[in-house]
Amino acid sequence: MCLQDMILALHNYWGEEGCLILQPYDMRMGAGTFHPATTLRALGPEPWNAAFVQPCRRPTDGRYGENPNRLQHYYQYQVILKPSPENIQELYLKSLEVIGIDPLKHDIRFVEDDWESPTLGAWGLGWEVWCDGMEVTQFTYFQQMGGFDCKPVAGELTYGLERLAMYIQGVDNVYDLAFNKHGVTYGDVFHQNEVQMSTWNFEVANTDALFDLFRKAAEECENCLAANLPIPAYEQAIEASHVFNLLQARGVISVQERASYMGRVRELARGSCEAYMAKEAERWAREYPGWTA
Amino acid sequence: MSDFLLELRCEEIPARMQAGARAELEKLFRKEMSDAGVELGDLTVWSTPRRLALIAKGLPERTEAVSEEAKGPPEGAPDQAIDGFCRKAGVTRDQLELRDVKGRATYFAVKNIPGRAVKDLLADAIPAIIRAFSWPKSMRWGAASSSTESLRWVRPLSGIVAILGEDLVECEIGGIKSGYGTKGHRFHGAKPEHDVTGTGFTETDVPHHPGTITIGGAHDYAEKLRACHVIVDHAEREGIVRSRASAAAHDAGLVLVEDEGLVVENAGLTEWPVPLLGRFDENFLEVPPEVIQLTARTNQKYFICRDKQGALANAFVCTANIVALDGGAAIVDGNRKVLAARLSDARFFWDVDRKKTLREHAVKLGNIVFHEKLGTVAEKVERVAKLAEWLASEGVVPNCDPALARQAAELCKADLVTEMVGEFPELQGLMGGYYARAEGLPDAVADAIRDHYKPVGQGDDAPSAPVTVAVSLADKLDTLRSFFSIDEKPTGSKDPFALRRAALGIIRLVTDNGLRMRVAEGDLLDFFADRLKVQQKEAGVRHDLIDAVFALGGEDDLVRLLARVHALQAFVGTEDGMNLLAGYKRAANILKKEEWLGMEGEIARTGEEDPLAMVDDPDLAPVVAAKMAQRHQKELSYTAEPAEKALIDALDAAEPKAANAVEEEDFAGAMAALALLRAPIDAFFEEVTVNDANPDKRSARLDLLARFRAAVHKVADFSRIEG
Repeated sequence: MCLQDMILALHNYWGEEGCLILQPYDMRMGAGTFHPATTLRALGPEPWNAAFVQPCRRPTDGRYGENPNRLQHYYQYQVILKPSPENIQELYLKSLEVIGIDPLKHDIRFVEDDWESPTLGAWGLGWEVWCDGMEVTQFTYFQQMGGFDCKPVAGELTYGLERLAMYIQGVDNVYDLAFNKHGVTYGDVFHQNEVQMSTWNFEVANTDALFDLFRKAAEECENCLAANLPIPAYEQAIEASHVFNLLQARGVISVQERASYMGRVRELARGSCEAYMAKEAERWAREYPGWTA
Repeated sequence: MSDFLLELRCEEIPARMQAGARAELEKLFRKEMSDAGVELGDLTVWSTPRRLALIAKGLPERTEAVSEEAKGPPEGAPDQAIDGFCRKAGVTRDQLELRDVKGRATYFAVKNIPGRAVKDLLADAIPAIIRAFSWPKSMRWGAASSSTESLRWVRPLSGIVAILGEDLVECEIGGIKSGYGTKGHRFHGAKPEHDVTGTGFTETDVPHHPGTITIGGAHDYAEKLRACHVIVDHAEREGIVRSRASAAAHDAGLVLVEDEGLVVENAGLTEWPVPLLGRFDENFLEVPPEVIQLTARTNQKYFICRDKQGALANAFVCTANIVALDGGAAIVDGNRKVLAARLSDARFFWDVDRKKTLREHAVKLGNIVFHEKLGTVAEKVERVAKLAEWLASEGVVPNCDPALARQAAELCKADLVTEMVGEFPELQGLMGGYYARAEGLPDAVADAIRDHYKPVGQGDDAPSAPVTVAVSLADKLDTLRSFFSIDEKPTGSKDPFALRRAALGIIRLVTDNGLRMRVAEGDLLDFFADRLKVQQKEAGVRHDLIDAVFALGGEDDLVRLLARVHALQAFVGTEDGMNLLAGYKRAANILKKEEWLGMEGEIARTGEEDPLAMVDDPDLAPVVAAKMAQRHQKELSYTAEPAEKALIDALDAAEPKAANAVEEEDFAGAMAALALLRAPIDAFFEEVTVNDANPDKRSARLDLLARFRAAVHKVADFSRIEG
């Protein structure tokens, strides 16, 4: 099964199961969890079921297109189900069958792996799901987001699409993946991107400009918070987080400074979540009597 | 009598928590039953990743009726007191009885607790157990989690089976009702009747997504699950992992590297364990074997194998949770690829790291903060290097080349900034050793870099190679002194910088190698004394004897100290030793009662708060000794009784002998000298009256006892010895 058919199959499956099929968020971010459809929607009492592909950027993982497994840009397929349904594991296992993984031929295992994102003030319990010893999905029951208890708890499934595709296609090098059925490979689409972006991330990116960007994003986040606009504020938190990752890749943040930058991003993300909660509080109280933050 | 079955089914329980969960379930069940007055017989607790199960054999149908009485206040006591008593006893006032107690009418509360059906008790106990259950980490889930008060469990709880005899114990918690139904293996259903493959499955008829299994009771539980490919007994699964992993290696002409931790973990990850052997590319064997083992073990939970010669083989054993349709070929191949990807990362690190020398790597240590008040790791390394070199050049560590000690110390932390140790921090030291050898450094240096963290635990041998000893000792001494200098000392259970372990390491290095050195002073020496007591306790040495020697003051040479303690322990175990101790205590008690400070006191009566403070002052020691000698030689104004004379003679003989022996560190000899005093002191107490009416006699005899006490003190402070 080619990569794009996997995505279509998952869209189909989760769409049938009642998920909104959303499109990727149009900002640079390190993980699908940053998508507002996950972070912000994990807050509050409203049910929320969504699935989407999110391109993820991890500048320090770049290998100039030379490593068969590591990329600075890759895809996550993310499903968020709130509240977490009783049969969430069964739903998930069926989704694996949809993309061609037979659980009587392959060894599927739920191995303890708790998740924590200090920058989002979030944590949850769950597993990494193994297929024949390979981690193919992160499965998390969110307990807190932005420092707030998740009420109710959402289940988050994050599939590593390239890894799964490599597995399904029996390919050892990510660039050899069939993107479609007509001979276009992952390498055709992304190899130059990896080479050039790695060079930029590690060697070229103007660090003065990046420091400036970080400062401006932080300031703008606070500007938005002052105007009681949590969604634009959260976007600026995402921006600051990514710029911080770029600065890390450029190696210009010392060990001591690192903690304070992370603390700053956490403040912005928490502040945005707090403002989001505050803004919705009255409506939630009206529509969900008895619910409190 | 009936057997009771409880199964709590949930989503996958982390393997590492299962043993604790079994103990917790048993503890809570026993407590509930004991509170309810149910006697328990045979109790079995099992676990799989998806369930905890408990079987209690032979429960009674009902509990006995019991009557409980409590005595309250007397009649006429204030209402408050009577009401309070009623509340405590759980009765109303009109239920109180008045009885005569020694002529006073007194209230009694009598509660008749009727017998209850055990089934009803269990129905109350199960939700209570679930609510009280303590997990290392627990979570909320589902719609109910709109409130933070909702039920918590390690992962979502999905079912309860509770059957007493054949009757359902009806209960409900968090919307989950007890029932007879459970689930079998996640992917395998019931065992087919015609098992042609011997694996439990026929090629064509592989059951899939099983429905609910109905359990009859404790009697058929394990077997019904087995038929649905669940081995509920964890010990049985562990046995399967152990024996079949070993057999898989054996079949391939190899020997499994046994690993009980992996056995338990794999049994905790599977309901139907199937160990499978796979091979990886032989070329990876150029990576150090420890790296391969660690990668396989920690990341993938695989066993590794050795060939018949004991060398690491290019094979691994993974434990699947299914009997695969294709016999496991796809599973093995998948696992092989994952391992290959990890090993190629490891080989990449190995290659990249070796492109630089350790000295080149070490430059980066200047960027790593060791502690905000103690500078960078590079600065620490320089201190360690200086100290290691000094330990060698001063001969504290004998036969150690100071230049090699310095070189090894300078490079000992360089591997911390290599790619490999960044990925596998557990390999610190070990990788440095490999890299040192790879760049052609002397073996003594490579060994020292590899082993300088040792000894790390109780069972770990202390290094003995001189260069290694110098670096290891210098590293730990620097850590302790540095943290003590900024007042970062361990308190209670908090020891964030592992200073206790460092002190213990130093004790082991010094005592195992017989190193003669002053390890510390002041509060750091006290810290060593405490650590030494803990460490020696395990070797069977009495802590009071260590105190008795430390109390002499100024002893900072651990080797000498322990020699003295060992001799003392041997001595107090003998009859002479025990009697001498008794004589010592008697003498000390008399002196205390008479407030007789003796010679020392006289000299010390100088206004010091502690009258004996100056006696311990090394500068004053010769003065004291001279005065004492003078006083001892003073002629008595009366004729000494024979026993008195005998004690004086014995002291005259024993004192120089003991002093010489101590000087020569012949502590057994010093004890033997003390033993000479035993018979005379016994006879003295037997035959001589200390508190004589003649003040001259009294004072001379008290002086004699003080002299005896002082003589014993030269060897150890016997007042610290217990018993």
